[in-house]
Amino acid sequence: MVVYAVLAVLVLALMVPFIWMVSSSLKENNQVLTVPIQWIPSEFVWSNYTDIWTRIPMMGYLQNSLYLAVIITCLQVLTGSLAAYGFSKVRFPGRDVLFLAYIGTIAVPWQAYMVPQYIMMQNLGLTNSFNALILLQAFGAFGVFLMRQYYMTIPDELCEAARIDGLSEYGIWARVILPLSKPALASLALLTFVNTWNDYMGPFIYLTSNRLWTVQLGLRSFVGQFDAEYAMIMTGSVISVIPILIIFLLGQRYFIQGIATSGMKG
Amino acid sequence: MTTEIIPQAPAPVHSRGNRKQARRNTLIGWTFILPNFLGFLAFTLIPVLAALALSFMEWTSFSAPKWVGLANFQRMLASDTFWVALRNTVLYAVGHVPLTMALALLLAMLLNRKLKGIGFFRVAIFFPYITSLVAVAVVWNMLFSPDSGPINQFLHSIGIAEAPGWTSSSDWALPAVIITSVWRDMGYYMVLYLAGLQAIPTELYEAAEVDGASAWQRFWNVTIPSLRPTTFFVVVMLTVSSFKVFDLIVVMTNGGPGRSTTVLSQLIYQEGIGEGKFGYSSAISLVLFLIVLTVTVLQFKIQQRRER
Repeated sequence: MVVYAVLAVLVLALMVPFIWMVSSSLKENNQVLTVPIQWIPSEFVWSNYTDIWTRIPMMGYLQNSLYLAVIITCLQVLTGSLAAYGFSKVRFPGRDVLFLAYIGTIAVPWQAYMVPQYIMMQNLGLTNSFNALILLQAFGAFGVFLMRQYYMTIPDELCEAARIDGLSEYGIWARVILPLSKPALASLALLTFVNTWNDYMGPFIYLTSNRLWTVQLGLRSFVGQFDAEYAMIMTGSVISVIPILIIFLLGQRYFIQGIATSGMKG
Repeated sequence: MTTEIIPQAPAPVHSRGNRKQARRNTLIGWTFILPNFLGFLAFTLIPVLAALALSFMEWTSFSAPKWVGLANFQRMLASDTFWVALRNTVLYAVGHVPLTMALALLLAMLLNRKLKGIGFFRVAIFFPYITSLVAVAVVWNMLFSPDSGPINQFLHSIGIAEAPGWTSSSDWALPAVIITSVWRDMGYYMVLYLAGLQAIPTELYEAAEVDGASAWQRFWNVTIPSLRPTTFFVVVMLTVSSFKVFDLIVVMTNGGPGRSTTVLSQLIYQEGIGEGKFGYSSAISLVLFLIVLTVTVLQFKIQQRRER
């Protein structure tokens, strides 16, 4: 019991920012920063949660975020798992050098090459469009690395047996490897979805018109424009976190797995 | 990120393992890799190589690219803002790395027990890591509010009359960002430490207990040495991520007040995309890359020497 009490106090302390966020989102503006703090609103202002949709184009922001996150996640998982198969189950000259190039770029900070990327997108006329972000984020070397790490644990004998049974390489990928790698696919999908949903700098650099903004940009701009609307800002923050909370609760063990696979092997 | 490649099973022996087979394999291998590789080549590999070349060129949005050798670097070294940004980045790392590491280890030790419902506590502590950065920044900015923010109210209540001005003060803005980032990141590193702790054989603790080792001695002589590979990995990851800090700074303080929280990544953004000085900003990004590379290589060397 003592252990539970200690853990409960600890977790509660670490959750204070979230508790305060939710509590503030249900207050009147002038009640958010009061001395002393009111942890439970004297009156629950549920209307914040209905008003925000008309104050800012919240629905549009959510749709944009969802659109980007879904497309990028699908492309990452598809192209990443295909490439990982090529890198782990097919032998051909130059393969390992190529893979080293992939790994090498993971080690280069994105900030170090975001300027050339930007120049390139500008020349292609893709700035201020979703396509720029999709192209930049859908072909991640990280996804290839993560999937390959997992495929290496699948014995080659399985592929060999399938070859003898007359399956083509694409058949082996689709019917043997993919079903076996569901946990890795789930990890990659969840990590990519959450990263894309939460990404701030990518959209900040590439999406200039308001109608293309994601939740993160919309929320940030709301803060800049109406910086005294504390309660409403907290409401927006809560709404931006809810989709992540749902995804996280559905797949939290895959998150942990993804971190363990990508981080700790080797 | 580890770069070790797991050793492979020997190549399958084909009954007709001839040249035709090899050519077929090459073709098949490339068809698998190609969809990803084309995107990777165009939008990652080429930009990485271009960044290197650009740092030796004078190129702005108004002029054609021209080779200028080390001129960008000379300008950078003479720039006061560059040194301020470098100093802030180092200070951020010096605060962020040890604090996150210590708290992550502490949390992992507390949560490394078989209890009913322990999963809930682990998940709760991990959650800040994947929460929207803007929401985190906005909430903490308000928590740090100097006059009536909850943090300063708490400080007043425990008898600190002169509470810091946090993000409105050039002395306290960086610590405020560090506190926020430690809170956000420690759950991630806790997961890594948990994995490390669970890999320690219980026999080691039992043997130590038989030898009469106290809890503190067991921690110091069993836990810490056994966790060395994890700690090494955590330090590298944390240091590298500290040098890349960007989003949190932009959203929380945007480098201010003054230049008190301006970091290297932000300078690259401002000079390169903000002002269109492509060559100059690439020179700064080369420095950022070299720092990250040095940290990684250095720590691998230290690790190797320890293992010998």
